[in-house]
Amino acid sequence: MHRPALPALLALTLGAAPALAQTAAEMPEGITHFTLPNGLETVVIEDHRAPVVVQMVWYKIGSADEQPGKSGIAHYLEHLMFKGTEKLEPGELSKTVTANGGMDNAFTSYDYTAYFQRIASDRLPLVMEMEADRMANLRIGEDDWQAERQVVLEERAQRVDSDPASLFAEERNATLFYNHPYGRPVIGWRAEMEGLTRDDALAWYDDHYSPNEAILILAGDVTPEKARELAERYYGPIPAKGEAEPRLRPQEPTQRSPRRMEMTDPRVPQPVMTRSYVAPERDPGDQKDAAALTVLAELLGGSMQTSVLGRELAMKGKALWVNAGYDGFSVDPTSFGISLVPADGMAPEEAEAELDRVLARFLETGPDPADLDRVKTQIEAARVYTLDSAHGRAYDYGQGLATGLSVQDVNDWPDILAAVTAEDVMAVARDVLGSKATVTGWLLPPPAAETADTPPAATPTPEVQG
Amino acid sequence: MIRAAIAVLFAVLAVPAHAIDIQAVTSPGGVKAWLVQDDSIPFVAVEFAFRGGASLDAPGKRGAINLMTGTLEEGAGSRDSVAFAQAVEDLGAQFSFDVGDDSLSVGMRALSENRDEAAALLAEALTQPRFDDAAVERVRAQVQSIIRSEETDPQAIAAKEMSRQAWGDHPYATSINGTLDSVAALTRQDLVAAKNRVLARDRVVVGAAGDISPEELGLLLDKVLGGLPEQGTAPLPEPADLQLTGGVTVVDWDSPQTVVSFAGPGLPIDDPDYFAAYVANHILGGGGFSSRLMEEIREKRGLTYGVGTTLATGVYGQTWQGGMAGSNATTGQAVDLIKAEWDRMAEGVTDRELTDAKTYLTGEYPLRFDGNGKIAGILAGMQLIGFPIDYINTRNAKVEAVTADDVKRVAGRLLDADGLRFVLVGRPEGIEATDTPEAAEVVN
Repeated sequence: MHRPALPALLALTLGAAPALAQTAAEMPEGITHFTLPNGLETVVIEDHRAPVVVQMVWYKIGSADEQPGKSGIAHYLEHLMFKGTEKLEPGELSKTVTANGGMDNAFTSYDYTAYFQRIASDRLPLVMEMEADRMANLRIGEDDWQAERQVVLEERAQRVDSDPASLFAEERNATLFYNHPYGRPVIGWRAEMEGLTRDDALAWYDDHYSPNEAILILAGDVTPEKARELAERYYGPIPAKGEAEPRLRPQEPTQRSPRRMEMTDPRVPQPVMTRSYVAPERDPGDQKDAAALTVLAELLGGSMQTSVLGRELAMKGKALWVNAGYDGFSVDPTSFGISLVPADGMAPEEAEAELDRVLARFLETGPDPADLDRVKTQIEAARVYTLDSAHGRAYDYGQGLATGLSVQDVNDWPDILAAVTAEDVMAVARDVLGSKATVTGWLLPPPAAETADTPPAATPTPEVQG
Repeated sequence: MIRAAIAVLFAVLAVPAHAIDIQAVTSPGGVKAWLVQDDSIPFVAVEFAFRGGASLDAPGKRGAINLMTGTLEEGAGSRDSVAFAQAVEDLGAQFSFDVGDDSLSVGMRALSENRDEAAALLAEALTQPRFDDAAVERVRAQVQSIIRSEETDPQAIAAKEMSRQAWGDHPYATSINGTLDSVAALTRQDLVAAKNRVLARDRVVVGAAGDISPEELGLLLDKVLGGLPEQGTAPLPEPADLQLTGGVTVVDWDSPQTVVSFAGPGLPIDDPDYFAAYVANHILGGGGFSSRLMEEIREKRGLTYGVGTTLATGVYGQTWQGGMAGSNATTGQAVDLIKAEWDRMAEGVTDRELTDAKTYLTGEYPLRFDGNGKIAGILAGMQLIGFPIDYINTRNAKVEAVTADDVKRVAGRLLDADGLRFVLVGRPEGIEATDTPEAAEVVN
């Protein structure tokens, strides 16, 4: 129980065709793909076990596309997308979804902004009509934009400013990516968020929200024929806006200096180390390295009991927790991360030295064949378990297409993962773990707290006021 | 808050009639289970839930059941921690072990091709856990690390203080994790005793969904549970008396925001007013973006990212509670708004509010049953609460039957802002603590 859930590996998608037999035209069972004349790319994922459907609209625009000084505008606009259209009052979309027994929400990341509803399948036309409406007809009232700016500032206060680990992660990203906009927080820097206006939001919307820069995913109890009919009816009339622009962001230069950072905060209960490396992403037609990195993360830190770091550090009493993580859904080079909480009584530098020793040995010896076999077994099992959630599969296609992959790339992924060899893993391990493009960070409690079951004097002990 | 998990569980169950065919299965050895059979994907999900959960900790042994639960997967039979985990991975199976105030749950996902081997491994974990010294020490250190983390987490601090004030000497009053001291003192023998208190066939319920026949499930049940004792050594927990009083408790915490937690009396699921309260809660603060509290505090004024309420229907005690976080400077204003809306419910709701709430609550059902894993969990949860097997077919009518008068009546009965306890963790402005001095004795 006391371990993080298995990461990226479980986010697999169905790959029905054997690798060798696969052709560009073949689609996994239940997956359909088409593009409307206005450029709206649509993926249908059928699952008729329950009368539920998920609609997701993904815009290929995120915080990494923002201009310097306007950080947070992608996310702020996401909030304002609930403020109504010519037909819908502010908040009416969500209220209508809820009153029809559904739920809705939205999220923003570096590379995309997405909106979704989950609802009984006979209500699909209703949510498609409303989602299409706000793709073209957003209205932001004079009264609404300032209160909503307060909401996103409170969101930042709750999620980031109140949490030292989040504050630290924000600075770590800024250090790892010092030229690429992945170094800016998605939610935005507070001072810049405070200056965002309704005009900024509308300009962002006008520039980037259009069918030819969006992806529609319909997952669940819907047939491809019905999906196409509804997509044509509701989204078809929306005109494309110009040509979709290539996403050319400032890239990281060659990084030559491994960086270290340290932050101390009285709200930190125990030392935590993170090491982040710049790493390649999944690219169209070229996902082999990303697959090898996915397997590498699993081999190194996927399980507290059986992974390399788990066995060598956690099971030997040197760390309370270890983890390795990688997610290849990214437009530009992304990060590979390792984290570690030292065992009680183990000094941070000692724990880090142990980690380095284990990584160095792994780079010499490579993966244990039995370890690799087990990871492959789980990859195969995940092909089955993944089918249990149409909603989860919708995320795979949405993230993939929003970060520049094709449907075929997403379809191919499980087979590419399954084909990863020990040599593939070692090649990416040498490249990434040996890279200078890395940041090692320690988030620490105040000095007195490092040993201690007793609360240190410097920690603000909670005090109940009478 | 600690009770919140149970509320979520019930929300899952708030469903109307739906064409889901639940079969009651009894194994050759006499273990009962509910099954939704569906062979469209070649795996099965099974959820085993043992009543009582961490509330069955022995006096002076707080945290034993939690530590025991965390160590069940750390080696069993002839396999140590590593070998056991490798054996599970070799099958592509997935096990989960979780414990809360009301139940200890064990989840299993297994491929059809090797379901029997997976079941045999799970049986070993439940009946022959090794509790090796190294494993116990490792999990103990992890639990203590979690306890320390909670001491610097304002949400956890608020939940802990509210539980302390609410539940007197009932186990609900303290964290299932125990304290640093209580966990430090636990021995291997305590873990064995803890297991015998909770893991027994007289208190287990089972939900299963997926590619398995009733006969096959019967054999699986006997394989997994057959080696457990017939009876647990501890009687099931007694009901808890709610001891909350109205007022404001402030826990000083250096942060830009104050975490606001509030709770008052709730009601059990078998209360005649339960469905009226369920509808009322949706309108007040349970309905996401469309609730009264979200409208007043977030949408109109931007004072928070989110505010919500829930009927926390624990098996052994209930509250009607909620929470939010917002700037220190506007905490007083937010609390005033919460209190005003809390009281305003007794003035009644509009026809539109009532209709929308009922449409949502009766319409959300299909969202809950879309997957074997979810269905297995729901079936186990229904049995824990004591619902009949045809509950899904009758529940919708109960929601539909709620009238505006019912909502008004239950709000008048339970929603009284003067009786509402606020726990504020932060440096709130515009509001003063009202506690009597003895409350200040308890820290952490």
